[in-house]
Parts: sequence; structure tokens; C-alpha cells
Amino acid sequence: MKLPADLQYTASHEWMRRETDGTVTVGITDHAQSALGDLVYIDLPAVGRKLTAGEACAVVESVKAASDIYAPIAGEVIAINEAVTATPEKANEDAYAAWFFRLRPDGAAPAPALLDAKAYELAIGES
Amino acid sequence: MSHLPKQTPLNSAHRAANARMVDFGGWDMPVHYGSQIEEHHAVRRDAGMFDVSHMRVLDLHGDGARAFLRHALANNVDKLKEPGKALYSCLLRADGGVIDDLIVYHLRDDWFRLVVNAGTTEKDIAWLRTSLAAHAPALRLDVRDDLAMIALQGPAARGKLWEVRPDTRAATEPLKPFTGVAVDDLFIARTGYTGEEGFEMIMPARRVVGLWNALAAAGVRRCGLGARDTLRLEAGMNLYGQDMDETVSPLESGLAWTVDLASERDFVGKAALADHPPQRHQVGLFLVDQGGVLRAHQAIRTPHGPGEVTSGSFSPTLGRSIALARVPSAVRPGDMVEVAVREKRLAARVVKPPFVRQGKVLIETEEKQ
Repeated sequence: MKLPADLQYTASHEWMRRETDGTVTVGITDHAQSALGDLVYIDLPAVGRKLTAGEACAVVESVKAASDIYAPIAGEVIAINEAVTATPEKANEDAYAAWFFRLRPDGAAPAPALLDAKAYELAIGES
Repeated sequence: MSHLPKQTPLNSAHRAANARMVDFGGWDMPVHYGSQIEEHHAVRRDAGMFDVSHMRVLDLHGDGARAFLRHALANNVDKLKEPGKALYSCLLRADGGVIDDLIVYHLRDDWFRLVVNAGTTEKDIAWLRTSLAAHAPALRLDVRDDLAMIALQGPAARGKLWEVRPDTRAATEPLKPFTGVAVDDLFIARTGYTGEEGFEMIMPARRVVGLWNALAAAGVRRCGLGARDTLRLEAGMNLYGQDMDETVSPLESGLAWTVDLASERDFVGKAALADHPPQRHQVGLFLVDQGGVLRAHQAIRTPHGPGEVTSGSFSPTLGRSIALARVPSAVRPGDMVEVAVREKRLAARVVKPPFVRQGKVLIETEEKQ
């Protein structure tokens, strides 16, 4: 199970990368894609939508089931990855390359606690 | 400890092959070995195999076995004239609800074999024992926990068996669909749950690992219950507990062809079915709109009233979502309906299942002009 050390994670299996321009990139973890199985449909939030931390904002559907994706932090959606909605299996092939959306963080919102790779590994080990 | 899932004799083989395991009907079973979609395609295009040892073989022995089954089963065992012939049937309650669906094999005039679902095994046995005590106490029902089962399916499936077990070829090559034959301690039937050619093979549990590994070495792909579900859905076959159950008439679950109301024969549930003509029927749905995947329990809006998806998924062969659904009887193939998928209403076209059989798409995927 791949867990890049430079990413932050949520208990609901999203990963988040802080970019040098201050924006963040969000996707689902390798553990999540593996547990979901072959992904066949991904629905992403509209660009411009303002999200609160923990808000359900995207949906992934595998052959097995549908699953909500939650915003790791508060912010405005500034880009979505149309390549991953067109070919959802990209998230199965490389969950950390197949990003879902980018956020401009809402600086006024309280920063939620995110997990580092070690803490996330522990969390999925216990579940 | 009773809640721990049961294991088939192939459990270690599945884990050694990196299967993702799930609890299915109280059994620890492989859902896939990496990619459910690739396993699905292997069965449509080549050969795949499934561990179905969680299903249970029940052997009914004794003079009068046929007469008992004529009363107990909704389909007519009198269709089974030759030894080896198989029949698909429902087991009904007196009120017409479906206790289980099963395959019954005629092995000898005093020996019939039922193959029942895993999740329903205990209630089936209880039902049959009660019914036997009342109607045919001299018959013996053997629960064959000593047997295991492999479903070998796909256009190349039969050839793969003949490659690893050449001794089975002479007996199994002439088999017609829905018939079976014993070769030593291997019972081989030309049946399946995928819409493809193939065999379902019943054998002593101690033999199953050897056959499984030999077939894998011959290039047969290991397939989990995930692919089994999308294959049976494309083939338009019901899954017990989703497309039929004790609360719905088989006549509203696409099973009228298995329920023999026409003949003189009386059977459990017949009077109730005759008293309650169906108001709804089973159809297939093909999702026209993008925006999600059809799933069981989604609500359907039709011009003739509401309906419900009974099972749905993504069809790997069609590259689109398909479903089996229960809708008012006036809804016909070709009609458009709306399905509630999360917060959206998506357009779906009503079609007549099966969607796919023998590798071929059988529904219209484009709008008729």
C-alpha cells in the first residue's frame, strides 16, 4: 500500500497535497481505491463551489458501491481533473497521480486536524 | 464464535492468490483477485472459474422422491425424464413468497439432488424437513457438507477441463445444456450463472484444491463473486435476496417461466399465486444518461406508476450501467423511465433481459429511429 510521506491524509481516505502557490490538491488514497475496487464513475464538485471541511462534495462509484468523498479542509474549488472523470480507472492505477480537485483554502476557517502518513497507516491498520 | 464466517476448502488458495475477501451469506469468500472487470472479461472472452463451495448440495433419497418434489417445487420435476437432467425451480411458501431458487438434478428415480444458495441453506433445510415429515417421512435428506463446487465458465472453459482432466472428455463432450454426468467422484453439469458455456463441478472437498490449481495452471482465471454478480446481471439472471425474496410473488420477479400454473399438478404456493395476479413485472434497464450507476433499491418513475431497481451495476461488456427492475406491468421494452440516483433523476431505457449472452450484446444500445 503506497503512502507518500509528503501528503496529508483524512480518516475518510482522502489525500491532500499543499502546493507551492498556496492551493491544495485532493484525491483518494491507494487504500481507498483498493477497497472500492474497479472505479466506473466519478462525480466532482463544480469549479467555484465553496466547501466546508468535511463536506461531502464528490462521489466515486465502483462496480461494488457508491462512496462519498469529503473536503479535507474548507476552500473554493478552483480546478477539477476531467481526465479522471473521463477515465475513472486512472484512480485505480495510480491514486496519487489521479487527483480529483484543487482548492484555494479558506484562510478564515479553522484548520482541521489531518493525519500524516504514519498516523493514516495506523488508522487503516486498525480499521 | 458462531458469527465467524465459514470457510470453503479453497480459502487458503484464495488468500495465496491475493484475493480480497468479504463475508457473503456467512461465508468468507473472494470478491476479486485484483480486478473484477478483468475477471468479468476473462469469462466472456476465454475462461474463468469461481469457488461456489458455499452453495449447498442436498441429496433427496428414497422411493417417492419425485412425487414429493412435484408437490414441493414450483417448477415441474416431471420435465426431468432422463437421469442427469437438471431443472431450475423456486421453492415457495404457501403464500407464494420465494424461499429460495435452486437447481434440481434427477440422478436416479430414487435420488434427486438440489443445489441451494449459501445464505438460505439453513431455512431451506428446515423447510424441507418439515415438509418431508408431513408428506414423505420415509425419504432421507442428506446435507452434503462433504462436497465442494467449482463453476468453470467461458467460451474456452470446457476445453480447459478436458486439458487438465482428459478422462472427463468422453462423458462430458456430448452433454446437452442443463444436463450432468458423474465421472468417478466428479459430478459435471453443463450449467452456470454467467450466460457463457461451461461446467459446474461438484466433488469431494478433498479433491477441490487439486482441480482448482490444475485449472489455474492451465490458464483459467480465478474470478471472485464480484465478477459473478456482473456476469449474471448481464445474463439477466436473478440473485436471491435482491431480485426475489419471500415478500414478492415470483410472477413479479421474472420467474413466471419457472412457475407451472398451467398443469393439473398442485404445489406449495400455487393457490396463492392463482389468487393474486401480478400487477408488476421484471424488466431490464439500460442507463442512457451519464451521472451514476444503477443500484438495488433506487426508485423508478414511470408513466404507469412507481417501480424499483432490484439489482444494478456497471456492465463491463456494455461499458454502461444496467439493472433488473420491478415496474408496473404496463411498462414495456422501449419505454423511457427515470431512476433516482442519489439526488439526480437519470433517464433509462426499458429493455428485455438478457443483456449479454455467449459474448454477444442482445439489447438495443442505441435509440431506435
